[in-house]
Amino acid sequence: MIHQLRPDLQLISRLIPERSRVLDLGCGDGELLKLLERKGCTGTGVEMDPVELTAAIRAGVNVIELDLNTQLDEFGDDSYDIVVLSRTLQNVYKPREVLRQIARIAVHSVVSMPNFAHWRNRFRLLGGRMPMSKDLPFEWYDTPNIHYTSLADLEPLFQSLDLQVDRRIPLDEQGHAHKLGWLAANAFASSAVYLLHAPR
Amino acid sequence: MAEVSVRYETYGTLNAERTNAVFICHALTGDAHAAGRRPGDKRPGWWDTLIGPGKPIDTDVWFVVCPNLLGGCQGTTGPSSTNPATGEPYGLDFPLLAMSDFVTVHRRLGEHLGIERWAALVGGSLGGMQVLEWILTHPSEVDNAIVIAASSRLTAQNIAFSAVGRQAIMRDPEFRDGAFQAQGTSPDKGLSVARMMAHITYLSEDGFQSKFGREAQSGELGHNFGVDFAVESYLEHQGNSFLSRFDALSYLYLTRVMDYFDPFATPDATAALAADPAKVLVVSFDTDWRFSTEHSRRIVRHLEGARVPTSFREISSPWGHDSFLLTIDDYHRTISAFMERAAA
Repeated sequence: MIHQLRPDLQLISRLIPERSRVLDLGCGDGELLKLLERKGCTGTGVEMDPVELTAAIRAGVNVIELDLNTQLDEFGDDSYDIVVLSRTLQNVYKPREVLRQIARIAVHSVVSMPNFAHWRNRFRLLGGRMPMSKDLPFEWYDTPNIHYTSLADLEPLFQSLDLQVDRRIPLDEQGHAHKLGWLAANAFASSAVYLLHAPR
Repeated sequence: MAEVSVRYETYGTLNAERTNAVFICHALTGDAHAAGRRPGDKRPGWWDTLIGPGKPIDTDVWFVVCPNLLGGCQGTTGPSSTNPATGEPYGLDFPLLAMSDFVTVHRRLGEHLGIERWAALVGGSLGGMQVLEWILTHPSEVDNAIVIAASSRLTAQNIAFSAVGRQAIMRDPEFRDGAFQAQGTSPDKGLSVARMMAHITYLSEDGFQSKFGREAQSGELGHNFGVDFAVESYLEHQGNSFLSRFDALSYLYLTRVMDYFDPFATPDATAALAADPAKVLVVSFDTDWRFSTEHSRRIVRHLEGARVPTSFREISSPWGHDSFLLTIDDYHRTISAFMERAAA
């Protein structure tokens, strides 16, 4: 493979057991699902962008065009082993509803989210400017991110849906696991990956 | 039926391993002439936008086969063919057909050509429905399938339009209970009205509006009951030109097949395909109101729900159902991507 795989996707792929059936919501060009094929995984991607969809089809990834906000009902209860929602929850209109759907579609899920409360963002905000960083690269008027959260505010949402956190992995700005681990992650992690499981 | 003749065309070259064969299923009023120009043709084949050298279904790569379907009127046996038992046209003695009958004849053509396995089946509208039937019933013969602007179950509205089209034909005094050929008549009025009405369902409201608006056919509106608006002239032309190439009995038989088609009705409908899956691409167009995106989503729900490797795209296009015949970049890029993958 010529281009470097996104480090956070490599990390996510390590969290997913071999031969799992995976639903990747916001799958882009299908990079994660391609990576997971090497582990004997099968599955489906979901995407809205025509260029990404075509790229995924060309890569041989099964991809379904639909809107995460309104059309996750298309997938049956427990129809997958694990659902991945990588850097997408901040883009949806109703994150709680999407998490509820994910918990219905599979017991296990991997959710990653940029951390609005990273120390650089706090400094930028103290300086009177809205946070921008490698994980939050957009101007406020031109961002697909319509919900911002700190890691500290994210876990109560999981709890409210009875989603248990099996693992939480803070990432640095490059998408590698953060050296400090979960210690003060709410201030030092640029984003975080959660492995969740839903009640049955 | 003792014997069926099939007219078909092929494009490209079958490779020595016989692994590059693509089968094209045509829609309601299509024929075997899918691509290219034959000597004297004014227009290329009906899917020439999609099939040819360097096109999304690239005939430099694929050996493409397209027959006229059973019950048709373009060279394959249909209700206006001669019944060998009587020496007369079959007329309404022709048996009612099902989607599976089309597939039976398609598969016999494959045997005749020495093709046991198809790299891809491709079809739009009724063609997509044949592809769906084929992969559900004989999945081991198919590697890839593209189902475009199709349906797995017509709605009441679909059946209603279909019924009015048939009634226009059958209530034409020249229909003569289907024996019009033997009696030297032809239900042209009925068939052209059926075609005019169906054509309205093939285009979107915006498509009609942008093509014709309220323009007068001849400069200014004459305020009469004749063909006054441009859109009326267009429909008149569609209805009349249809008469030279289509048979009223084929229209009855083929539309009726669509009405009854319901391949997911049985609980084990997807079992064979799930056990030996083909890779499927389902495509719809956002302004198609004949077979809306919901029809395609239903197909996707059943296939994806049975863990068949399924991709789905809803293509944005202003042209309604007929979009599947047109050059729409995003649509063609999607088909190209899927076919390139199939060739890899």
